[in-house]
Amino acid sequence: MSHTVIQLDTNASADSYGAEAKQRVGFFTDTSLCIGCKACEVACKEWNGVPASPGAFTGESYDNTGALGANSWRHVAFIEQRRPLSVEESGPGSLVHAAALEDLRSRSAIQPRIEDGFRWLMSSDVCKHCSEAACLDVCPTGALFRTEFGTVVVQEDVCNGCGYCIPACPFGVIDQRSDDGRAWKCTLCYDRLKDDQEPACAQACPTNSIQFGEHGALRARARERVKDLHDQGVLDARLYGEDPGDGVGGFGAFFLLLDEPEVYGLPPDPLVTTRHLAETWRAAGVAAVVVAGAISSAFLGGRR
Amino acid sequence: MSTVAVPDTPHQPASYYGRPVLKQPVWTWEIPLYFVSGGVSGASAGLAFAARMAGNGTLAKRAQLAAFGSIAVSPVLLISDLGRPERFLNMLRVFKPSSPMSVGSWLLAANSAGTTIATLGMLTGKAPRLTRASGAAAAALGMPLTTYTAVLIANTAVPLWHEGRRELPFVFGGSSAAGAGALATLITPHEHAGPARRLAAMGTVIEGAASQVMERRLGHLAEPMRTGQAGRLAWAAKILATSGAVLTGVLGARRPRAARAGAAMVLAGEILERWSVFRAGSQSAADPAYTVGPQRARQAATPRA
Repeated sequence: MSHTVIQLDTNASADSYGAEAKQRVGFFTDTSLCIGCKACEVACKEWNGVPASPGAFTGESYDNTGALGANSWRHVAFIEQRRPLSVEESGPGSLVHAAALEDLRSRSAIQPRIEDGFRWLMSSDVCKHCSEAACLDVCPTGALFRTEFGTVVVQEDVCNGCGYCIPACPFGVIDQRSDDGRAWKCTLCYDRLKDDQEPACAQACPTNSIQFGEHGALRARARERVKDLHDQGVLDARLYGEDPGDGVGGFGAFFLLLDEPEVYGLPPDPLVTTRHLAETWRAAGVAAVVVAGAISSAFLGGRR
Repeated sequence: MSTVAVPDTPHQPASYYGRPVLKQPVWTWEIPLYFVSGGVSGASAGLAFAARMAGNGTLAKRAQLAAFGSIAVSPVLLISDLGRPERFLNMLRVFKPSSPMSVGSWLLAANSAGTTIATLGMLTGKAPRLTRASGAAAAALGMPLTTYTAVLIANTAVPLWHEGRRELPFVFGGSSAAGAGALATLITPHEHAGPARRLAAMGTVIEGAASQVMERRLGHLAEPMRTGQAGRLAWAAKILATSGAVLTGVLGARRPRAARAGAAMVLAGEILERWSVFRAGSQSAADPAYTVGPQRARQAATPRA
């Protein structure tokens, strides 16, 4: 079926934009650098005028945002893991940690064990700006479109709130604003890109966990970073969404994670269902013929 | 919650605090009802055309009125579900083959034009050739109208709907045929309603068989069809539609009252059936296990280098 495919490492949708096409840009979110400050969440809300998302204390670590949604275009996940300390897996830091525990043991009644290692994973999630975007494919009005930067944006003056993009997104990113009726998500700061500015979240990030840039360069840097981390003994480090061979043709905004994607609430093998649309239409065609056959055969028993 | 926050082993949390990976559909009650009204209208247009061909003028007229009535309420339901109803015309702003909703909007628009012209022509007796052509076009377009809504929901990330993409069109098509047969049985004099009664029974059998095949093939992924509100709706739908089909299809041949009562049960059953499929989809999107599980299985089956 004809769905929108753009190649990684190339000019975004060069055929639609001609000379106006720009280098594809995106995010590389390196979660090994995230300190959970949520500056990205705040900067995004400020710049884009995103309404408050009043919540309550969730009891889920420091995360009271919960998930991406119509009013949360960046979401910092907090995962607390109890796992054994190991020099190999946790890098040089864990030696310091082990020494500190030993010191504590010698000077107090507290008896920490080496198995009591604790790990805190933090990750700033965002719209993936898929190379093959399901939201864009299914949008019946053309409100969702591919920009000259290769990003995926909703035109708020066109969206009629049909809601199709919402269950279509394999990441649960886009959602409806209930008081407004339309669908909203990260625009990768389309307005700032047009002025050669980096997106607000990336600019606000104090540790460079969120890196903005030309997509090809980001991917090269990400692969380098994984190699460095592996060399340092952080064998958990892996890239997520960097592979153009995945089910959505690779993400425009991809990640370095320290555990399986589902631990962060991300799908391990997302798929743009438009890839199965032709076979689904074929089944519907056969079913329509069966309906026609049932109607015709209803008259075989006579006219009554 | 604190026991969830600090998992004992690194691979314990197969989810993020049990939160869904996907967003559940935001569609409200109008949408499953439209699945019925649109489907019944399409199948009724087909029934009207076939009855005319077979020389059953009475049934043809009633089925035509049924097609018109159900296609008339369809856009009302769809527009009232929109977040921005005043922008409903944006549905016809573009034609997008990659969006079943776009394809469906054009299909619905063309089918309603055909059904409206055919109905007005039938009632006024004017322009007989245009009336016949419109009726034939509405019948032809009506067939995919009974099944495209299955494509629409199957082309989402909702695990139950997407994985059920092979059978769902038959579930929806069968259900539409059953509904059209039942509606025509209700409003057509008994002696002319034989084909409608048989269609109600046949459609119920097709829908029931396709649902069974889908449930078996999907295994544990089909659990949301059996649990919660979806499970209760499916149970009620099955009992109503099956007993209604027997009443109208078997006993109804000689007993007009049994035929009508059975038809009412089939119609109610098919409404509940669509509602059940709709709710089951939401339930399957709400549980991250149904999203992550099949993806892990897919990865295990086709390991990447």
